[in-house]
Parts: sequence; structure tokens; C-alpha cells
Amino acid sequence: MLSIQNLHAGIEDKSIIKGIDLTINPGEVHAIMGPNGSGKSTLGYVLSGRDGYEVTEGSATLNGEDLLDMDIEERAVAGFFLAFQYPVEIPGVSNMVFMKEAVNAAREARKQEPYTAGEFLKLAKEACKQVQLPLDFLKRGVNEGFSGGEKKRNEIMQMILLQPTICFLDETDSGLDIDALQTVANGVNSQRDPNRSFVVVTHYQRLLDFIEPDFVHILADGKIVQSGDASLALKVEKEGYGFLGINYVEEDV
Amino acid sequence: MIDELDLALDRKYEAGFVTDIQSETFEPGLDESVIRRLSTMKGEPEWLLEWRLKAYRSWLEMESPDWANLDIEPVDYQSISYYSAPKSMKDRPQSLDEVDPELIRTYEKLGIPLHEQQMLAGVAVDVVFDSVSVVTTFREKLAEAGVIFCPISEAVREHPELVKKYLGSVVARNDNYFSALNSAVFTDGSFVYIPKGVTCPMELSTYFRINELNTGQFERTLIVADEGSQLSYLEGCTAPQRDDNQLHAAVVELVALDDAKIKYSTVQNWYPGDENGKGGIYNFVTKRGIAHTNARISWTQVETGSAITWKYPSCILKGDNSVGEFYSVALTRGRQQADTGTKMLHIGKNTRSTIITKGISAGRSSNAYRGLVKMGPKADNARNFTECDSLLIGDKCGAHTFPYIESRNPTAIVEHEATTSKVSDEQMFLCQQRGLDPEKAVSMIVNGFCKEVFKQLPMEFAVEAGKLLEISLEGSVG
Repeated sequence: MLSIQNLHAGIEDKSIIKGIDLTINPGEVHAIMGPNGSGKSTLGYVLSGRDGYEVTEGSATLNGEDLLDMDIEERAVAGFFLAFQYPVEIPGVSNMVFMKEAVNAAREARKQEPYTAGEFLKLAKEACKQVQLPLDFLKRGVNEGFSGGEKKRNEIMQMILLQPTICFLDETDSGLDIDALQTVANGVNSQRDPNRSFVVVTHYQRLLDFIEPDFVHILADGKIVQSGDASLALKVEKEGYGFLGINYVEEDV
Repeated sequence: MIDELDLALDRKYEAGFVTDIQSETFEPGLDESVIRRLSTMKGEPEWLLEWRLKAYRSWLEMESPDWANLDIEPVDYQSISYYSAPKSMKDRPQSLDEVDPELIRTYEKLGIPLHEQQMLAGVAVDVVFDSVSVVTTFREKLAEAGVIFCPISEAVREHPELVKKYLGSVVARNDNYFSALNSAVFTDGSFVYIPKGVTCPMELSTYFRINELNTGQFERTLIVADEGSQLSYLEGCTAPQRDDNQLHAAVVELVALDDAKIKYSTVQNWYPGDENGKGGIYNFVTKRGIAHTNARISWTQVETGSAITWKYPSCILKGDNSVGEFYSVALTRGRQQADTGTKMLHIGKNTRSTIITKGISAGRSSNAYRGLVKMGPKADNARNFTECDSLLIGDKCGAHTFPYIESRNPTAIVEHEATTSKVSDEQMFLCQQRGLDPEKAVSMIVNGFCKEVFKQLPMEFAVEAGKLLEISLEGSVG
């Protein structure tokens, strides 16, 4: 499904990702851990096509198609979903309208009839309940005045509605209390499907108690330095990254 | 249906009202003899001629204002023809092929039917229609309620006492340079009278009156809402309208007597000119209303057209407890310039006013809000709340805010809030990551920004206005 080969990328001449190889098959859940500044968020931005991020070498394909050659919205409708670490507000645009446009854009790309307002409302209400947000959040402006936890739930709601094929969750657990974490994890687990894969970026093993990964990768200085199963995350939790023997420097991106 | 109706009325109007002067077109130039001739041709009473002449004499002594934040090429008033009969068929474009293709593309996006496109673009067509009955029903319904809604020149003949009493009572004929010019040479416009205690049974729209195109460049509108009456009036339409006249200097006067309510909504989308701003309309409008005791006047405007917009719909809050409102969305792009806002003059006690404006600038355009809130010495406990928000798209446009506040009453409260923001890269990225193309994303963000104002518009207008913004913003990304 998603195949990343020898990916090098950065921002403004600064190299951040320095050769990543990663293959994600349908139905798999991959966790990516790693110290700050190792390139975890950058990987999400590069794959989603955010402006300012330049790929200097390597390739990424989604279901055989060249992901890096597509516009941001083309990647989105092709099934790539990024759950943001810091979701931004769009005042005055209701969640409902925003999501309906987004879902219908994806349907249009798949040559399906757009949902009517009534059809969509039904789906939206369901998704809203699933992430335990009150229904009036559908009417509120996108993330407008939402708390940190509400924003993250809203991201998961969008994921549920968009039905993407690959979901890249960028530190969706950061800033969540234990109940919100559980809700978010339930939302993700409900979407696990033989045809859908997840990349879960996190600093904490805790999330992986709820969302059980098939693989765990440690990213350091723009490269995957170690891969393993869920037990690798437990090791990181216990020992930090020191056991990897890399002398990494913490830096802000 | 509207378009057919529009056409039906259009023909009725031309036939019923312009027949006697159809062959005339004045030579360019303006002096007293031109005004006399105009007045005679329209069969006006002596008092109105005198009124026009006085306005003209005031105008001669005035100078074109230059205080607005606008860059205006001087207008040569002697090169304008002050009366021109509707263009004959052979002088018009013979088909849509002869019209600016950009304009046609916009019509298509707005979903305007072909025959209405032709009408809006001024194409010579003989239109066949069969919806006269709809018009008749509309007129009958209004007549039943005692509402008068007709061209102002007809009102001069049929209801002289009302016109004489109220014409120029809100915007004096020497109020400003452009209103003086309009008073001297206005050709036509709307007249509305709602009798005491009557709620107008339907929204009155210029759609139902005439084809705007023939109203000429000096339009005059007078609306009188008698005690306890109510009406909602819609002006303009979302389709871009072409006109060969570069200068438009309209005057709109609203009179809301005790306990009356007037809601006046405008969508202005005159031709803004080509990408260099060439050929666009200068829209210099004076709009003002007077609110008597417990009356309410509400202005809502969506301004997206014209090369230059100079317009300040205002409220004189004369009566105690009267209310004035101004809601505005002004979008400029390309090389458009807008200097628009409002004046709220609080005279009576407990008067209240609300001003909410949303300015959106794209391209190389310039967009200014200019507003005056004046609290008179007798305006005890008067209140004003003003919110001016500006949104910038790109880095070559400008947004300016010029608020003026004068308070001569210690109990009056005036609040002013202003913000300027940009469509952020993060917002764009979020929208695109969710599958929306950049143009859709911008239009969604801008529509969200304008929501507070759009919700003041009548439902159908609000939907159209949203769509209009979307189309107007095309090409402003990247």
C-alpha cells in the first residue's frame, strides 16, 4: 500500500529526513517513536505534500501511484489522512459544512454521488457520538474555541468520516487526559480494517497499550535506526533511547 | 422563474414608461438647459425642475471630494450624456460572442440561463416570454396591502404629495458633490411607500421592478415606511452587470417613521474592469436613512463589483429608542478600490447602533473601512458597537480602517473593535489535506469570515452571496 524508499527531505536547504525505507501493508499499524527533532512530524508533512517541504531524493508510492507527484488535495482524496498535532481553527466555517465538502470531494474523485445534507448529517452524528463530542460540535466553527482534547477528538471524527486508506496520526495523544486518550484510541481501533493502515507517531508507550501496533520503528536523526514489534516500545519506555547507542542532540524544528 | 419575471417586467417597464422619449439621446454636456430639457421630457412638475436647478447650482460651487483613500482619475462631466434612450438593437452586441468571455464564464458559473445572460450583457435579443401573470399576481398582492412600488418618475406623477414631502428630506440636494449631481440629473429609480401598520407581504426586489441596465447612471430611490410598518428591500443581483456608463452616482433615501422597520440589502456586482482595472464602474453612492421614534433601519451590503466603490450607508437616529444597523462585506481583488463604511448619528435618547464590517482584499486591491459614530448632546444612554475585521489574501493588497468617533454625551457608550488577519498557510493546509482544492479552501475560509454578515441577508440572497464570493475569489490563490 504505502511504500517509502530511500526518502530524503527537508525544509529550506535543511536536511531532516535522511533516507527512510518503510513499507506499510494493508491492515497494519506502525508506531513511530523517536526523540524530538528526529523527523517524525516532518515525515507526515512530506507525505501529505505540505508547502515548504522539499523531497531531495527517494520515492513514496501509495497503491502503486507516485504520491510525491500529487497535489496536497490529490493525496488526500487518494486516501492519505494526516491527523494534526496542533489542529488549526477556521472561524465561521461549521464543522458540518467543512466535513461535508471534504467527504464529497473524496466521493467526487471516486466518481460517487455526493451525499445530500440529510445523508451526511446522519453519518456525522454517528461519528460525533463515536468520539464522544456533543452534537453541537457539528455546528460550531472548525476547532473554534475547542479545547486541546476536543480538537484531537475532532481529528479522529474527521478520519472516521473520510474513511482514508492510510492514517498518519501525528502525536494525537499529546495533551490528552486518560479518558480522552481512551476515546481517541477507541475511535482508531474502530477503524482498523484489513484495507486500512495506520502510522501512529507518539512519544509514549501508553498510547500503544490502547492501539496495539504490529511494528514499532525508532526514528533518529532522519533515519529508522531500529524496528521491532510492540516490545520495542516497552523497551524505549523503560530505558529511553540510550540503548540505541546514538548520541542524538535534541533540537527544535 | 425570476429571470422570466424580470424580463416580463422589463418589457412592461420599457413599454409603459419610456415610450414617449425613446428616440432621444442627449448630446454630451451639462448646463441648465440640459436639465430643463430632461425635466420637460419626463413631464415633471415645476417644483421638481426648480429642485433640480437648485441642486445643479449647488453642485457648480462644490468640488469633487478627495478625502477617500482612493485613486480616482478625474471624471469629465461634460463628456457624459445626461439622458440616453435605451440602446437600439443594432447598437448592442449582436450575440454573446461579442461580449467579454470572462463575463460569460462567470455567468455560466453562477448558473444564469442563457437568455438572462444575454439581457445582463446587453445583447440585442427579442425575448419571448409568457409569465406576465406572475407579474400581475405580484402587483395585485401589493396593491391589496396598499403598498406603492413603482418607478420614481411614475411616483412623481401619481403620488406627487409623497414625493414632494420626502424627496431630499434625508439626503439634502446639496449634501455632497455626488448627491447634488444626482439631484440635478437623476433619471429614474424606485419609489416605495408602505402605509401605516402594514407589513409588506413580500420582499421587494429590484428584480421585480425593472432591468437595472436602463436606470442610467444617476439612480434615485426613495423609500417611506409609515408608522408601524415594515419592509425588506433587495437591491441588485449577484450576476455581474455591464454598463457603458463609467460613473454611477446613485442616491437612496429611507424614511422610517415611528415604530417602522426597514431592512435594505444590497448585492453590488458591477463590472470591475479588466485585469488592469480598465473599463470598470465608478460607484459613488449616497445612502442614508432617518429613523424616528422606536424605528429601526438596517443596511446590509455585499460589495464585490466596481472598479471604485465610494459608499457609506448611514443612519440618522433621530427618534428616541431608534436603532441603526450596518452589516457589510466588501471584497476587492485585481486593482479594485473600495472606501466604504457608515455613519451612525445618534440624536435621540437610548438610540442604539451596531456596525459589523468584513473587508477582504486580494490581488493588488485596496479596501478601506471608514465610519463615523456621533453621539449628540441629547443622546442619553446611546450605545454603539463597532467591529471591523479585515482579511488579506496575498501580500500585494491593502486594508485600512478609519474610524471616527465623536461623543458629546457623557452617558453614551461607544465600543470599537478591529482585527486584521490573513488566510493562514495552516488553514489552507488543513483544508487541502482534507481534500479541498485551494480555491474551494479560500472561498470556504472567506465565507466563514463573512458569516456574521451573511446571516443578516434574506436566505436566498445569502446563498447567492456565498457563491458570488467563491467566484470572485477565483484566481486569487497562489
